[in-house]
Amino acid sequence: MRDTLGRAPVLLVVPAALATLLLTVPLVAMVAATDWPGLPEQLRSEPLREALWLSAMTSTVAVAVCLLLGLPLAWVLARVEFRGRGVLRAVVTVPLVLPPVVAGIALRTAFGRTGFLGEPLLDATGFGFPFTTWGVVLAHVFVCMPFVVISIEGALRSTDPEYDAAAATLGATRWTTFRRVTVPLALPGIVAGAVLGWARSLGEFGATITFNGNYPGTTQTMPTLIYVTRQSDQDAALALSLVMLLVSVAVLLALRDRWLGTRLAGG
Amino acid sequence: MSGTRAGLEVRLEVPGRVQASFDAAPGAVVAVIGPNGAGKSSLVRALAGLAPASGHARLDGADLLDLPARERGVGLVFQGQLLFPHLTALDNVAFGPRARGVPRSEADAEARTWLDRLGVGDLADRRPRRLSGGQAQRVAIARALATHPRLLLLDEPLTGLDVRVAMALRIELGRHLASYDGVTLLVTHHAIDALTLADLVVVLDRGRVAQVGTPAEVSQRPRTEHVARLVGLNVVRHGEELVSFTPRAVNVSLEQPVGSPRLRWRGAVADVSPHGDAVRLLVTADPDLIADVTPAAATELGLAPGREVWLSVKATSVRRYAASAGAPADGPPTAPST
Repeated sequence: MRDTLGRAPVLLVVPAALATLLLTVPLVAMVAATDWPGLPEQLRSEPLREALWLSAMTSTVAVAVCLLLGLPLAWVLARVEFRGRGVLRAVVTVPLVLPPVVAGIALRTAFGRTGFLGEPLLDATGFGFPFTTWGVVLAHVFVCMPFVVISIEGALRSTDPEYDAAAATLGATRWTTFRRVTVPLALPGIVAGAVLGWARSLGEFGATITFNGNYPGTTQTMPTLIYVTRQSDQDAALALSLVMLLVSVAVLLALRDRWLGTRLAGG
Repeated sequence: MSGTRAGLEVRLEVPGRVQASFDAAPGAVVAVIGPNGAGKSSLVRALAGLAPASGHARLDGADLLDLPARERGVGLVFQGQLLFPHLTALDNVAFGPRARGVPRSEADAEARTWLDRLGVGDLADRRPRRLSGGQAQRVAIARALATHPRLLLLDEPLTGLDVRVAMALRIELGRHLASYDGVTLLVTHHAIDALTLADLVVVLDRGRVAQVGTPAEVSQRPRTEHVARLVGLNVVRHGEELVSFTPRAVNVSLEQPVGSPRLRWRGAVADVSPHGDAVRLLVTADPDLIADVTPAAATELGLAPGREVWLSVKATSVRRYAASAGAPADGPPTAPST
């Protein structure tokens, strides 16, 4: 370490090395323990294909919903001054720190078949969220929205509001300004927020299983499949986990190349 | 409306920032000058609708302060341009027309015309990042003019540019402003901008209008030390009267000179710098004065910072005028039409 400020102190380097080990050893162990010859067989299983498809699909729809609703919310938090803005931001942040199981219970209380909103909805339309694929999407949206909103709000805040002022003097309405100036300028941050939300959604387990149970083909996502498979077949669970690891690494690479890199470089 | 008249009539206050009143005829160019913190930018932002203000600012009879920024028909060229970085020069200029509902192809054609007019038509496809300071400023001016504003606000349009670029742009700006029939408000801290481009000069000082007049009046009879310095004059207060004189009229000597004691000062040289073919001295006296001497004289007198000198000026080389703004000689503060 050739640093003009001197050598990095042992008291910091050793914990840093331990942290690195703690983070990498389990993943390396997982890769090492995988039954590679049997892997193709494991990956051809019907439940895996179903769960992987369901996970990818529900996460994508959930992120789309998060953007559709979360981008406006982030804009309101970043650009509109009103009383209670701090309170609103706090409310948005709560699900971020809430244990996912608790999120599932909360969703049941609201959207369950006898829930506060679920019952009237069921009576009126015959549709109920729990134990359906839409219920999975709902759980994912609830858990991911804070990630998306908070990261996009940060991106909006870091773009100069003077550009909004310039657009106003040119005759643009706030909606035009939002569409043609604010969003394009914050786009890298918005995409990063969406990818982050997608990754969080893909791994969602607690809220989903609490709210929707575990039905193959309708509510069984990859994390729930891994969880139930592990109880009967360790090797299969390991193979499934490897798939998730690969997806995660792929997301990370996509993030780094497309957005994190430019964001870090561009400030 | 009884008070309906063409042009701009400003009587506004941005609380705690600036209080300004002046009138300008259609086609007039009003230069707003003053030191940093005088309230120049606050005035511009208030007129553009980006800062709240009380009072009124009538443009062709309608009060701007009643309207939101986007409905004011005011073009603003920001300090630092503020071109949209994700749009090409063409799209930046076409932004205003398109925001007002002009179809894309028409807006693009209009934008192209403006870019051509400002001599940057060949840069239409470039993003702001790839424009030089002068080019970006031209695009910014084109962007503001493409919305056909009735009032054009230029906030320090030549600041931060290379001297040569600023010079060329100043000449061109003069040409554009001469053919522009709306009112232009030009915020500047360069005297030359005010003197060459403006019909009316509004001098702001600590949030108040210190002087309003034609460039000739303001430059010959500056009422603030700031403007005096900007136009390269010395101003000394004699009671209710101001006395101004050029640095060249100042005689520098080491011995106490004869003549009127009221036109004689003693002080230390604070700064020596080349100025054209002369050497300009800043002398810390009461008040601070500037004097131009020949390089030969500067060497002969040993004029270096710290040197104690006598300054004097002949009574025949000074101009005397009233110090207060309400002097009868000034008349109403209205710009002539061009």
